[in-house]
Formats: sequence, C-alpha cells, structure tokens
Amino acid sequence: MNRSLVIGAALSAVFVVAALVSFVWVPYDVTALDIPNKLQKPGFQHLFGTDHFGRDIFSMIMVGARTSIAVAVVAVGIGMLIGVPLGLAAAARKGSLMDEFIMRGNDLVFAFPSLLIAIMITAVFGASAVNAIIAIGVFNIPVFARLVRGAALSLWTRDYVLAARVSGKGAARISFEHILPNVTNLLIVQGTIQFSLGILAEAGLSYVGLGAQPPTPSWGRMLAESQTMFSFAPHLAIFPGLAILFTVLGLNLMGDGLRDVLDPRLRRAQR
Amino acid sequence: MPVLRFVLKRLASLVLSLAVASVVIFLFVEVVPGDPAAYMLGMNAQEDTLNALREELGLNGSLMQRYLSWVAGMLQGDFGTSYTYRTPVSEMIGERMWISLPLAIYALTLSTAIAFPAGIWAASKRGSVADVSVMGLTQLGVAIPNFWFAMLMVLVFAINLRWFSAGGFAGWDAGFLPAMKSLTLPAVALALPQASILARVMRSSLLDTLGEDYIRTARAKGLSRRQALWRHALRNALIPVLTIIGLQFSFLMAGAIIIENVFFLPGLGRMVFQSISARDLIVVESVVMLLVFAVILVNFLVDIAYAMVDPRLRVRA
Repeated sequence: MNRSLVIGAALSAVFVVAALVSFVWVPYDVTALDIPNKLQKPGFQHLFGTDHFGRDIFSMIMVGARTSIAVAVVAVGIGMLIGVPLGLAAAARKGSLMDEFIMRGNDLVFAFPSLLIAIMITAVFGASAVNAIIAIGVFNIPVFARLVRGAALSLWTRDYVLAARVSGKGAARISFEHILPNVTNLLIVQGTIQFSLGILAEAGLSYVGLGAQPPTPSWGRMLAESQTMFSFAPHLAIFPGLAILFTVLGLNLMGDGLRDVLDPRLRRAQR
Repeated sequence: MPVLRFVLKRLASLVLSLAVASVVIFLFVEVVPGDPAAYMLGMNAQEDTLNALREELGLNGSLMQRYLSWVAGMLQGDFGTSYTYRTPVSEMIGERMWISLPLAIYALTLSTAIAFPAGIWAASKRGSVADVSVMGLTQLGVAIPNFWFAMLMVLVFAINLRWFSAGGFAGWDAGFLPAMKSLTLPAVALALPQASILARVMRSSLLDTLGEDYIRTARAKGLSRRQALWRHALRNALIPVLTIIGLQFSFLMAGAIIIENVFFLPGLGRMVFQSISARDLIVVESVVMLLVFAVILVNFLVDIAYAMVDPRLRVRA
C-alpha cells in the first residue's frame, strides 16, 4: 500500500467522520453560553478547553469541520462542473476561436488572485459562506479547464479516438465517451488538491470576516475571535489551527498517494 | 528580430488582458444591487446627498462614459476620490504602497533564499535523509495556513520572547532597520508556504534535468555530478521555477491582504478591508485593478525573462 495515501486518507477521514458525527452528537452544545466556565484550559471536562463564552472548543471544531468540508466540496464541484466541459470543448476544437476564447478567459481568471475575486464578490454582495463558495469555485474553473484541455489534447491523437471518429461519432460524443473517462484519474488527483486549497481559502476568508457568518462555526472565524485573547489563552488559537493544518496535510498526502497509485507516469511530472 | 517580435506580441496580449480585466472589474462594481450611491450611503440617506454623491461619482453619465472616464483617469494617475477619507485614492495608494511593495519583495526574497538551497540540496541528495526531511518540511509548510503561522510567531517572538513587536509599522522615517524589523514577521509568514512550494518545484525540476542526455554527456566527459549540476542542470531547471515565482507574486499580493490584517500593517490589503466595511467602492475598485495590473505585469516580465533564459521559447511563442 502507498504510505502517503494511507496516512493522508486516515487523517482526512478523521475530519470527515467528525463532521458527520457532529450532526447527531457533539460533547457540548456549541450555541449555548456557559460564562462561568469561560476560557477553561484543555482538560478532562473540555478536551480542548473553552472559549470566552464558555463554549467547548472540541465541539466547535467538530461542527466547524462541516463548514470547511461543505465549502470546499461545493467549490470543487463548481470548478469541475464548469471547468471540465470547457476544457473538453477547447481540446475538441483546438486552435479555434472558441479554444482561444476559453484559454484567454482562463488566463484572465488566473490573473485575479482568488482572494481578490472573493473580496470583490463580498464587497458587492456581502459576506457569507455562499459567496465564499462562489469565489473559491470561480477560481477552480480554470484549474480544471486547463488540466482537462492539456490531457485531452494528447488523447485526441490516440487510435481509439480516430476509430470513434471513423465510426461517425461527433466531437461531443467522443469527448464524453472516450476522453472524459480517460481523464478521470487526473480529475480525482487534482480534485483532492483543490479540496485542500479550498479548505485553506475558506479558513482565510472566514478569518478576515468574509466567509461564514456567526453563528455558523468555522475554523477561520474561531482563529479570528481568538486573536485578542490568545496571548493569555493560546489554546483558543492552537486547536482550530491544528485542525486546518491536519486536514490540509491529510488531503495533500492523499493527493500525492492517489497520483502515484492511479498514474505512475505522472510521478516524474509531479511538483 | 525574433526577440523584439516576441516582446511586442506579449505586450499586445498584456494590453488586451488589462483592458478585459478593467471591463470585468468595472462591470462587477456596476452590478451592485441598486444604486451605488445609495449602497454607499446606507438606507437613511437624504435625496440631495444621494444626488451630490452621484454627481461626484460621475454616475449620471452613460455606462460607456463612466467606464472611459474611469480608465482615462487611471491612465493619468487619477484613481478617483475616496468617499470615506475624502482624499484622492492615488494618494492613499501611494502611501500604503510603501508598505505592501517592500513586504512582497521581502517575502519573495526570503522564500527564494530558503527554497533555492533547500531544493538544490534535496535534489543533489535524492532519496537521502536530507531529501526526505526537506520534502517532509515542505509538506507541512504548504499545509499551514499562513495567518495561523503568523499568530504563532506573534505568540512566540513578540509576546513571549519580545524580540519583535506584535504588529504595526515603525515607518520608514524611523530608519531602514526598524522599518524592516516590523516587516520581518509578516514577511516570514508570507514566505513560508511560498518557499515550500518553490523548494518542491526546484527539486523536481532539477531532478528532471539531471536525467537529460546532455547531463550524461557532461558526466561522460569527466565532469563530477556536482559540476554537471551547477554548470548545466541548474540553468535549465530554472524555467519552471521562474513560472512559479511569477505565479507566486499574485499569491503574495493576495496573502498580504490577510497578513497585513494579522499584524495591523497599514498597507494596501488593510486599505481594501477598511474600504469594504466602509462600502467605499471607489477604493476597492481601484486597488483591485492596481493589484491585478501588478500581477499581469509580473507575469509579463516572467515571460520575457523566459525568452532570455531559453531561446527556444521565443520561437515557440
């Protein structure tokens, strides 16, 4: 078994399970205030301690996992749903005006750092988890479009594609029946990586107040709220940060492992 | 003159990208639900105040007129007047640029200074403990949210050890060293993930070139592995590294937006945030355009640098 894959998958699974379990059970209610027990150090009662409202940090991290995962999943979904067809279309009509249009459009989105897109969207439409999803998702579109176009271009020269053309299949059918299945591995690997970037981006946006709004718990906002208190209560900042770190690390390791397992040829090209 | 033609061609696409970017940003702010003036002033605004602001923003002209006057203004260095601060946006940008730009350059220098030796070292000792530990560290570096890393550094170096201040900017008037000192923790926080990515790219690109035929030839001619690496492989391995440095610049600009907030640095990033909360769209629009311009310009320069490093690319492009 691939070591990165196992460690990565295990780490990621911990957070997915935590998020799922939080729907049915959490140690403490994350919306209930318990002022007498505020700013408790980590201990038996509260594994990761409590915040300035006496809320249990461990429970908040469990519920926060939901936000992170949901935002990242939808953002990757947006990127794939729009980016993949664009990439397929560009490759099917290589060198055409449409190809040129799609690729230049991609370059343009790339020129906007994702955070700037997010800032513009939130500046205009207001801060919310949904707008954060859209901002991160928009940035994912060119990533997938480029990836699919690059891979599809080389697939279009294969004999089986030629055979399909001879048998009378159109470009659209070939793209979906022959090209798409052959780029799925690539999509899975890139999807994992974008997923981890999405979690980082969501944390960053929530940290500066452009992501999930109260009362939705979010790791980034927990860090932001801890900012004024972490000099005397470091646990407020340490645990949510570790949650982000381990989730992203797990996903990255899983991506690396998947790449090795699914396509050994890619190993040389990996960065 | 293939070089000149290459530069001209890239210049044309630079101008085109900028034109499209400006249209996108302009339209974006145009689609603000309802009247931008009402949006900026809030619900209880008086009709005459609204009209005055509309006049000031030039909102009474047609869409095309407004766009053209915005662009024409920017070309002359006029970015409009901030509604909240009542000062020209170009002045505000000018002041804050002297924090954001040095910060980005400082961080880029740091990340290159860390990543190059680390990447070269790991590649030259492939498979060794050194290689594995460098790669392990870069995995961590990529996964750490930089604002969290920044907070941890504040905790250790500012609050516990008291080596640095926890935030704020000393100002260039205080002297070069004190100013740089207040930019050090932010620059390290920004540089860490970038250095990790760069080290990985450096390593894999160098490993790729080390596998090339001409390296084998060089070795066969009697060069040591070390000599072959420094004389032949490194220069060729730099091409993908340059691309990444170019792309990183955009992440540094964006990352700086968050990091400036962690350290309360009065740079462009903080300005964007304050403008968002103040609903000062003129500032947001202009600063975003400026940042996008910087990113496109840097990538243009990287493309030109490519052509310098690798003559083949001049033809292909």
